[in-house]
Amino acid sequence: MNPLPLPLPFPVTGNQVGFLMLAGLAMLMSIGVVVMKSPVRAAMCLVLNFFVLAFIYFTLNAQMLGITQIMVYAGAIMVLFLFVVMLLKSHAPAFNKEKIDFKPAVAVPLGLAMFVMIGSQVIWPLRSMSTIKADNSYGGPQAIAKVLFTDYVYPFEIISILLLVGVVGSVLLAKRKV
Amino acid sequence: MASVPFSWYLALGLFMFTTGAVGVIVRRNPVVVFMCIELMLNAVNLTFLTFSRYSPTPLVASRLASDQWMGGQMAVIFVMAVAAAEVAVGLGIIMAIYRLRNDVDVDELSELRG
Amino acid sequence: MDKVNDLYNMTPPGIDWMIIMPVLVACVTGLVAFLWMSLQKERDTTPMVLTTLVGMAVSAYTAFAQINFSNASTFANMAMRDSMSSILQFSLAVICFIVVLFSDAYLKQKQIAFREFYPLTVWATAGAMIMVSTQNLLMMFIGLEVLSISLYVMAGMSRYEQKSEESAMKYFLLGAFASAFFLYGIAFIYGATGSTNLDQIAVAYATGNREMLGLLVFGTILMLIGLSFKAAFVPFHQWTPDVYQGAPTNVTAFMAAASKVAAIGALFRVLIAAAPLQSYWMPAMFWIAILTMTIPNLLALVQKDVKRVLGFSSIANAGYVLVAILAAVKSGSNNYATVCIYLVGYSLMTLGSFAVISLTAKQGKEGTSFEDLNGLWKRSPLAAGTLVIFLASLIGIPPTGGFFGKLLIFQDAVGAHLTPLAIVLAVNSVISVYYYLRIALAAMVVDDEGEKTVSAPMTPGLQSACIICATGVIAMLFLISPLQSVLHR
Repeated sequence: MNPLPLPLPFPVTGNQVGFLMLAGLAMLMSIGVVVMKSPVRAAMCLVLNFFVLAFIYFTLNAQMLGITQIMVYAGAIMVLFLFVVMLLKSHAPAFNKEKIDFKPAVAVPLGLAMFVMIGSQVIWPLRSMSTIKADNSYGGPQAIAKVLFTDYVYPFEIISILLLVGVVGSVLLAKRKV
Repeated sequence: MASVPFSWYLALGLFMFTTGAVGVIVRRNPVVVFMCIELMLNAVNLTFLTFSRYSPTPLVASRLASDQWMGGQMAVIFVMAVAAAEVAVGLGIIMAIYRLRNDVDVDELSELRG
Repeated sequence: MDKVNDLYNMTPPGIDWMIIMPVLVACVTGLVAFLWMSLQKERDTTPMVLTTLVGMAVSAYTAFAQINFSNASTFANMAMRDSMSSILQFSLAVICFIVVLFSDAYLKQKQIAFREFYPLTVWATAGAMIMVSTQNLLMMFIGLEVLSISLYVMAGMSRYEQKSEESAMKYFLLGAFASAFFLYGIAFIYGATGSTNLDQIAVAYATGNREMLGLLVFGTILMLIGLSFKAAFVPFHQWTPDVYQGAPTNVTAFMAAASKVAAIGALFRVLIAAAPLQSYWMPAMFWIAILTMTIPNLLALVQKDVKRVLGFSSIANAGYVLVAILAAVKSGSNNYATVCIYLVGYSLMTLGSFAVISLTAKQGKEGTSFEDLNGLWKRSPLAAGTLVIFLASLIGIPPTGGFFGKLLIFQDAVGAHLTPLAIVLAVNSVISVYYYLRIALAAMVVDDEGEKTVSAPMTPGLQSACIICATGVIAMLFLISPLQSVLHR
């Protein structure tokens, strides 16, 4: 793809600009989850982050998972989150208070150190590589279904037990009469 | 998006993962802490998908023929399912603890001390 | 579309059902118990207890029967069998059996009316069995989650107790945090090898590709961080004493035994697979082993709660097993025997101790400080007597399983030129005598106060749990050489 006619010291293509916009939004929203004082706002940032991620999945040609991301994460899981946040917000007055203490002073340098370590040791050496190994149809429902129900049928069945545990467990924890 | 180097995707994943990890340590509201964990899981999903699409190595003869380019996508599917079960149970625990005391602050869980 | 079409034409391979039989039996047992619970109106737990006991006995048998079978794998390498997986699956099924044996009486005394406990324990056991019987990291992760999610719920099962809910929440948040690290590590390994199978790590490392090295090393480190949280190695152990103290005692027993066996079994497989990279992780794991043995032993000296003490003791024991793992990987022998023998002995003595401590629950109340054990000798000699056996084994006094386990680890460590670790182990065994003796003395003391403390009556289930564990701890002496011959093959 041809670089865009921009006055930049390095060539930038349209795709790259598109990716950077999406990625910038995702990064902004993930910071939002951490710094927003109100849990509702944090949840909103998370929804937007998941939504943008779905589009990033589309750019990786993983259409099926992009759609699943919107339906499962942005749809189901986040609704559950918001539901609990709303429920607790109206009943527990202490729910919204956030105290400032020593922890950011410890956590932020730790996170930075991890970012720099993994970034420089793992990701930087990979900067010049871009071999596409999967063909364009690898993310379609057909390809996924075929593998999911042959090679991965055992984990698939175990996941059903896991979801059953989730259902039984959440009913046990949430039912009013003990 | 062929002209985007796949290390950019990895960098985005790493950024989200570290942000989530910092959030887990910094935040005190358990629901928000849990949201940060979800953020980390999504960063992992992005990394899996990137490696599913792009290969840093020449393909090795794997015992599982489909693993090389489907393994990552399968991982994402399973992580989503696990996250769903975890959310159900986790929010159940938070609700249950709220029933006992009208306060949910991770740092003020003080019944258990040595 | 070529690759996709190739896949469509693939003939599905045959399935060796025997390999997944222990897991399958456990899953089905859980389903049967769950259905029974839903259909039954009255709150009688006997049928469910019997169902789970029979199911776990069958599951244990199917695992035990396969100890001498040849190594094999099925479901496209998702499930595998070797002698280690069979022995660990067998011991997991036995752990579940013993926990269910003494849970019924405890749950009734504690007035926890949730019959969901039985299916959840059995499913958790199935998850633990999956963890120890796979080379596939994705499968390992799913097994880990089945185990952990059941345990989060079970830890919070005592709904009217704030400490139970707190322990559930702590366990849940840290467990999910650790899972994220474990997964990120898997993603890196997948990136480097194009596979989620553990045996590909060595293949990818052998290519000598510089770019891959970072992915492999950091993938391994992240996975080790995740598993260290689960196995509670120092410095990732802070949650353990709190969670062990807060959770209902039968759940704590299950956690201390089953989840430790599963996490350490999985860690062993990861470390064996990452053996070519050991120049990167060995120094770190060496120090983690030293800290994991020393710090909990020192902290346990000042505790007031027996469950907390046993929590610290379980961390220290995980450290001892870590020494055995490091010795096995460093010497290149990949010797399963010591690790398996120690894990079996450790689970029996820990389960037994918690079973005895569960006696302190009566009519909805439970006190687990040292004073609450006073007078146990007078009230139920069997419980106090077996408690002394378990504590002797935890200390490492000769004719018990704990002694032989520690001896084997000591030999292995010296043989693998890890003598500093062997010395730290010996020193820590001496330190630990103090707090184990404190528990034993508390159970033996009879003063006026002790006469007043209430405790639940012994039930047949609890009696048999104590007797099984005590017999097992003493019979380890005769089991060691057959186990070694099977595992060395």
